[in-house]
This record gives sequence, structure tokens and C-alpha cells, in this order.
Amino acid sequence: MPETRAAGTLFLTIFIVSASALAYEILLMRLFSIVQWHHFAYMVISLALLGYGISGTFITLFRDRLFARFSRVYVVNILLFAVTVPTAFLIAQRIPFNAQEMLWDPQGTLWLLIYFLLFSVPFFFAANAVGLALSFYRKEISVLYAADMAGAGAGTLLILTLFYIFHPTTILQLLSAAGFFAAALAAYALKIRPFTTLTILFLTLLPFTLPTDMKEIRISPYKSLSQTLQIMGTRIADESIGPFGIVTVVESPFIPLRYAPGVSLRNEIEPPEQLGIFVNGEWSGVITRYDGERERLKYLDYLTSAFAYHAGNPEKILIVGADGGMDVLQALYFDAKRIDAVEMDATIVSLVKERFADFAGHIYENPHVALHVDEARGFVLKNERRYDLIQFALLDTYGGASSGLYALSENYLYTVEAFRDYLRRLRPGGYLSVTRWIKLPPRDMPKLVATAIEALSSMHLAAPQKRLMVIRGWQTATLLVKNGIVTAEEIRAMQRFCESRSFDPVYYDGMPPSEANRYNILERPFFHTAIQSLLTEPDFFDRYRFDIRPTTDDRPYFNHFFRWETLPDILSLRGAGGLYLMEWGYLILVATLLVASVLSGLLILLPAMTHGLAAKPGRPFGKSRTFLYFFALGIAFMFLEIAFMQKYILFISHPVFSAAIVLSAFLFFAGLGSAFSHRFIERAGYAKTLTYAFAAILLLALTDLVVLDLYYEKLVVLPFYAKALLTVVTVAPLAFAMGIPFPLGLSYLARENAPLVPWAWGVNGFASVISAIVATLLAIDYGFTAVILSALLVYGGALWVFPKRSRPTPPSAPPS
Amino acid sequence: MRYVATPIMFLILIIQTSLSAETVDPYIKMHKRMVTIIQREVESTRGYLGREKLDPKVVEALLSVKRHLFVPPRLRGVAYENRPLPIGYGQTISQPYMVAVMTDLLEPKKSDIVLEVGTGSGYQAAVLASIVKKVYTLEIIEPLGLQAKKRLERLGYDNVEVRIADGYYGLEEKAPFDKIIVTAAAGHVPPPLIRQLKPGGIMVIPVGGPFFVQHLVLLKKEKNGAVSTRQIMPVSFVPLTGRH
Repeated sequence: MPETRAAGTLFLTIFIVSASALAYEILLMRLFSIVQWHHFAYMVISLALLGYGISGTFITLFRDRLFARFSRVYVVNILLFAVTVPTAFLIAQRIPFNAQEMLWDPQGTLWLLIYFLLFSVPFFFAANAVGLALSFYRKEISVLYAADMAGAGAGTLLILTLFYIFHPTTILQLLSAAGFFAAALAAYALKIRPFTTLTILFLTLLPFTLPTDMKEIRISPYKSLSQTLQIMGTRIADESIGPFGIVTVVESPFIPLRYAPGVSLRNEIEPPEQLGIFVNGEWSGVITRYDGERERLKYLDYLTSAFAYHAGNPEKILIVGADGGMDVLQALYFDAKRIDAVEMDATIVSLVKERFADFAGHIYENPHVALHVDEARGFVLKNERRYDLIQFALLDTYGGASSGLYALSENYLYTVEAFRDYLRRLRPGGYLSVTRWIKLPPRDMPKLVATAIEALSSMHLAAPQKRLMVIRGWQTATLLVKNGIVTAEEIRAMQRFCESRSFDPVYYDGMPPSEANRYNILERPFFHTAIQSLLTEPDFFDRYRFDIRPTTDDRPYFNHFFRWETLPDILSLRGAGGLYLMEWGYLILVATLLVASVLSGLLILLPAMTHGLAAKPGRPFGKSRTFLYFFALGIAFMFLEIAFMQKYILFISHPVFSAAIVLSAFLFFAGLGSAFSHRFIERAGYAKTLTYAFAAILLLALTDLVVLDLYYEKLVVLPFYAKALLTVVTVAPLAFAMGIPFPLGLSYLARENAPLVPWAWGVNGFASVISAIVATLLAIDYGFTAVILSALLVYGGALWVFPKRSRPTPPSAPPS
Repeated sequence: MRYVATPIMFLILIIQTSLSAETVDPYIKMHKRMVTIIQREVESTRGYLGREKLDPKVVEALLSVKRHLFVPPRLRGVAYENRPLPIGYGQTISQPYMVAVMTDLLEPKKSDIVLEVGTGSGYQAAVLASIVKKVYTLEIIEPLGLQAKKRLERLGYDNVEVRIADGYYGLEEKAPFDKIIVTAAAGHVPPPLIRQLKPGGIMVIPVGGPFFVQHLVLLKKEKNGAVSTRQIMPVSFVPLTGRH
């Protein structure tokens, strides 16, 4: 064993490397979401994380040679991590990959593969450092693993803080610098020559010498920001950073933007001057110039979303997704007395309230408007007020909505439980109004209606079908759910509204089909037929070609419509413009799973087939058991982590913060569990400790599942910090227990079958990647509770394969 | 000798002719194949498009316009594949099938004056120009518009006029138009465009992103000025199965 100055310093290097690697992973997600689209980010990063598994294979194959030069190899790996963190991204920026062309151009797959290989490199080096240390200092496995987990937890918190302060490319430099610093620390701890150590320390400054043009993020030319900036005379008026990403404001002085989605063909009014808002390069909405002149807003009366103002006379209004303020302006146009506008992105709010307040006519300071920076579900639950109208703006961009980009994004706004919450906040006779882009064949609207019906039925309200009204224009459709039975007068208002704007009624109870297809003529009245059928035919969901089942909080994938049965038809329509029916997000996830599984299989088998894995035969922890045990742990740990992270989103009422809190709590307390595992093993032996740990996981996971529902019902009104603390306290014991099985298995393996240690590390790495993908696929079809229950089963499997009788002696000494 | 020389000369002539034809236009075969594929696709979707097959005038136009001259040189090899292609500036040249369908839905006549909003590569304008009297086309991306203008001039489409202008206001001084095609549809149809459409005129609006057209909106202005729209799924896809 090489001489170390201080074991603590070495642990610190593991901590920094793990923190930087995890922060890098989240940063890449953000960068990819800006450059391309979210689902490709998911695919590339998932596959890049295979770098962890590949490292396991690499160390297994070259174990002896690596151990012989441990100090140098360890430092060099950290150095290479630091170097490749920015370079991988800089090279990727020069790859001409166009996600949208993938189906037409097979070359796209090649570029995607290069992307993946490129990004797996930094993770490979980070994993090498950790994996080498774990295999080399076998006595210290539990502490090293604790440093690794705690580092990852800190990385999660760190990156989300950095997102508030720095531009993503600056964060890239900071992470690289952290890598160099860790390398210098490692060199110091491992007593490498002082000159070399100082040189490495000096290199910490290297990432900050990157020329400015290299730091520029090159956004895909097909993203809406790039497209808008092509218009003559457009320029960026502002760019801000926040937890949801980069918010860009674009002005177009020569060719106005004129955003009025789906406005009636009868509208004659040109929208006033507008500024475009883009989040991570994607269209979000507009800030409209408002000088108090009401007539200039008349075009807002020609949107399908204006229907609620004609059906009744709403005075108290809740606007969800206020964005740049278009729906607030609409409410002001209709003389609403009290408007509560909820917007989650504080960056956008500050733009409208401060930077462009004069332009926007200070709408958020209007005496009739109260602005709330909050998440809609949380706001509705916390707030006791009742409304005449809860208005849901067009929350997705057209491009995203039409191409299946959001298929994998959870959306808790359109679930049965959410609708119940909204309906409870409506005054008698009030409306919930949801507007969506029109998709042909119909998908969103039938699913929305199905969800509303389910919510109404679950509230035991009489005649749910008599509480709905749906209309459609040529590009948007609006659903109105009434807290009460729709009256004849309201139906007449609907007919008048539609007739004067060339919109079509889609549904009201008892509507004759002849009304459904008069202005925006479809080959058949698809929307009307679909909604009518789902109300009357119990087997309709099975017969429809898309998944339009109601969404729930447990399965919150509103934008997932894909059904495997439909795929051959869509593919056969490739030549006739049929590819728009393809749901990209889901298929990419499946493709990612296939690639990850094949690669993992090959790379797990490689050392097993060669001399690299000279396992000792006849030992209780042979290759098969090792594989099953560590693979199961990888799967189960991620299943629980992902599912609980999702489950807490609603309670904490903020997707980004909840992810940060839950993930870091899981990782940190798992690290703590790991640190303590050694003591438990000394007292109770391996097998018993493991049994207790699994029993605790089973009990705590089931308890958390129940407790979470209670939290949501009773405690969602608590202030943010109290909820965060409660979350950490609830997650901590479960995470602590989950932190025990891995280091326990590894240290047992170190004693019984040492050559398998790096291989086990790799197997676990591969399993984690596969697990993240399978968890999402499972959740889409069966829900998060199913993911949690599956995790517990898999944990049970891991317990079952672990050798039952083990000697309670401590691990043997590391190699000389 | 004469009896031998004549057939040899004849053979040489044939080979030379075929070779020079290949040299001049190696794309002929691919071009014809593309048009055949489009015709086949249209026939398979006839129920949805409201027509049995493409108008022969449209077929002829598709055969006459050389798509490879409208795409960047590096993409010429795939110019006659039935797919959209990038042309720079974040724009695409539409899938030829969609160009065919949109042109056909416009019911173009020899005497028509057509307004196009969104010139792009100029391919759609060229296809229309092969049938109608005059095409005015507007582009808001300056370099793209200038490129298309040069290209169309070079290729001899002297009945096409490219302008760099805001499509929202159409082209008041040349209005009214028999047909309008808005290939760069924003969130809404600009009212000036509806006004500039002749009574009895047709407007086609593709709705979708750069690489995918989701559906087409066919707008008709009746003789009395009333406006109606048809939403057309470009594909033969039945969303409901069973009892419908």
C-alpha cells in the first residue's frame, strides 16, 4: 500500500470527484436541453453514465498493472476527468447532429453514438478514480463509499445553487477546476513530488483561460430561439439565468412577433408589439406592450380560451402559468375584479415586473392583479380562496406539443387528483378552463376530458357528462369543466361564441353531431366522436389508437399517447408525411434501453470471459451471485430514488428544488449508512446486518409511501423550509438503510473473492443506468407505486442471493 | 464496309447520346422515381385529401422542377428522396409529398396570380410557377430570400418575384390573389392575407415544425366573402377502430 499523508485528504478527493461528476451530469442535462431537446439529453447522459460500468470492466481487466502504479494512476485519472469535462462538451458543440432529422437520416444515429462515446469519457475517468480506490483500499470500503455518496449528494445541491449564480459554461469551467484541485490534493495525499503537485495545483486556473467564443453555447438551428433570431432585425434584449434555465427575451422591431395562438379567422385586430420569451432556447410566451388601451387587446377575445368569459361572467380568476402576462391581459380585458396569477419561474416574473415593466404596462402591479411565484398545485392547496374561473393557458410550445417531445416529462397539472383540487377551489357555477393545441388525430383533448370525467366521478358528483363543454378553433381547443350542471343559457352562449368566431362546438351534453363540423371542417367530426365514445363506450380506451387513459399523480405522463399497436401503421406512412404521429420521447427511451442493455451485457461479460476475472472458484460469492447481487442493488436503489423523488415533487411543490432535496438527502444518508455499515458488520456479521437492512428498507419504504399521501393532504400548506426539513427527516432513515447493502457486499467480496471487487463496481454502474430507464418506462405504464414495489422485490432478490452463512471477521488487508 | 460502318456509327451515336444525357442530368431517374412515389402515396391517402390522384398539371410541374438545384450541394445526392432537407438558417425544403399535396389543394390554374408567404429555398414557388401565371413570394430571412431570388432567376423562373418583406401584410399593391400559400405559418392567419384573397380563392396553411407538417388548413373564401376552413390530415390514418 502506498504511503499516504492523510487518509482524510484522500477521502476528500473522492468526495470532490464524486461531487463534480454528479454536478457535471446534471449540468450536461441542462446544456443538452439548451442545445437540443430534453429527451436527447436524457438519452445521451444515460448512455454516458455507462462510463461507470466501463470503468469497472477496465479495472477488472488491468487490475494488477493499475495497482502496481496506484498513486500515479489515481492522480492521472482525476486529472483526465478535469481535462475531459470541458473538452467533451466543446467537441460535442462541433458535431453536426440534428435530432429532428434522425428518422430521415441514418447518419444522425452515428453522430448520436459519437456524442455518447464522447460524454462517457469524463465519467469513465471519475469512475476509475473511485473504483480504483474502492478496490485498492479494501479495508476502507465503507468510508470510501460514504465519501463517494456524500460527494454525490453535495454535488446535487451545489449544482442547483450554481445554476442560480452562473451561466452553464462558467459552471463547466468551475467543475473542471474542481477536478484539477482534487488531483492536486490526491498528489499531495499520495506523496507525489512537490513540484508535480504544485504544477497540478497551478492547472486549476487552466479552465478559466478558455477563449470566449469557445464558451458560447451553440443552440440547434431548429429550436425556436434560433428560428426567431433569423428574422430580419431581431435581437436579444435580455438574457437571465435561473433554476429553470436560461431565459432569453427577443425583440423584433421590424417584423413584429404577433403571438395570438389559434386566433379566430374573424379577428381583424393586429396584436400590439410583443417581446418573445424563450426558456432554454424554446418558446415560452410573450410580453405584450400594454398602454392601458383596452381596445388593442380585443384580439384576445378571439382566442378559444376567451370562451369562459362568455359562458359566464367570471370576476375572481386564477391564471395558471402567467408567463409574460397574456392571459392576465385577457382577464383584464374582460374586467376581472380579482386576478391571482401564478407563475413558477421567478426569472420570467422579474422580467415582466422589473426589466420590462414599462413595456408590459406594469400589469403585475395592477390593483386587480396579485402575482404569486409558486407551483400551481401547491398554490391551489395552500390558498383557501375560491374562483369563478381557473384558467390554464397554453402551457406547452406548439413544436414540443406536436412532436411528442414532452412524452417523458411528468406533468402534475393535468391529473385526476389535480382536477379534483381545482374543482374544490371553484365557486358554485365556476369554470375550470384548459386550452390545448389541436392535434390530429385528437389526443390531448380526449385525454383531458377522460381525466376530468374521472375526477368528477371520483368526487361523486352527479352527471359528470353534463358539466363539460368543449370547443375548437383551427389551431386550439378549450375544455370547460363547470362546478355545476351546464345550463341551456350557457349552451346558447357557446353557440353564439363559436358562430361569431368560426369555432366549432365539440361537446356539450346532448349535442347533435351536425353542430360539430361546420367551420373548421374535418373529414369526420373526430373530436366530437372521440369524446362522445369515451363517455359511452367502456372499451373505448382499448380501441383508440393512442393512449388517452386519464392521468393520475402516480402516472403523471399527460403527453404520453404512444401505443405499440400503432407503430407499424405510423412507420408505413413515412413517405406520406406520417412521421409526425411518432412519439419521439418514448421511442428514444426504448432505444436507449436497448443500447444500454446490449453494451452492458457485452462489457459485463468481457472480463468474465477473459483472464481478467480470475475469480476463485468454490467461494460462496462466485461470479453469478456477485453479478445478481450487485445488479439487483443497482436496479433497486435507483428505482426507489427516482420514484420517491417524483413522489415528493407534489409535496415540496417545486420540481427543481424537490429533485435537489430528495436526491441529495438520499445520497448523503446512504453515504452515512455506508460509513456505519462496518460497525454493524462487526457486531452482527454480514448476513444478519444485511437482513436487518433489507427489513428496514421494506418497512421504511412502505411507511414513506403512506406518510407521503398524508403529508400531501395535511401538510402541504407548511412553509417551504419546513417541508424541505420534513422531507429530509422522512427520507433519511430509508436512505441510511439503503446505503448499507452495497459497501457490505463489496467488503464481503473483498474478503472472499477480491478480484471481483472492481467487476462488482462495474455491474452496479451498468445496472444503475438501465434502472433509471426502466423506472421511467414502468412509471409511464404502471405508476410510481409500482416502481417502488418492484424495487422492494428486487431488494428481496438481492438478499436471497447473498450467502446465508458468513464469517463475521473483518476484511483482509489490501494487496501489497 | 459501308454495311458494317453504319450500324457501328449508329451504336456509337446511341451510346454517346445516353452518356451525354447521363452527364447532363444524372438525376433524371431519381427524379422520375420520386414523382412516381408521390403519386402512389397520394393515391393511398385519397380519402383524406378529397382527390383520387394528383392533378396532371401538378405532376408535370413536379417533373419539371429540379429539386437538386434547390438544396445545398452536399445534399444533392438525396435531393430526390421523399423527405424534408435542411437548407440552412434553420429552415427546410418540405417533403416533396407535402409540396405536391399543398400545390394540388390550391387547384392552380394557368391564369392564377399566387402569393406565397415563406419562400425558403424557392422550390414551392418554382413548382407553382410552372403552372400559374405569376407567383409573388415573401421571405423574412434576408439571406435566404436573396439566395432563392438568385436561384430562381438563374433557373429562368421569370414569373416569380421574390421580396424580402413581412408576410403579415401580404402584398397590397398586387392583391387580390387567386391563391395564397402560407408556408411559414405563425400562430394565426394574418387578416390582411384573408382580405387579399379573391372571393372564390383558396389558401393553404401547413401547420407544424420545420421537419414535420402536422396538418394542413385549407381556407376557402366564398363568392360572398364568407370564409371556411378544412383541416386535413395529410395521412391516411384512422384514429378510431371498431364501431365508427
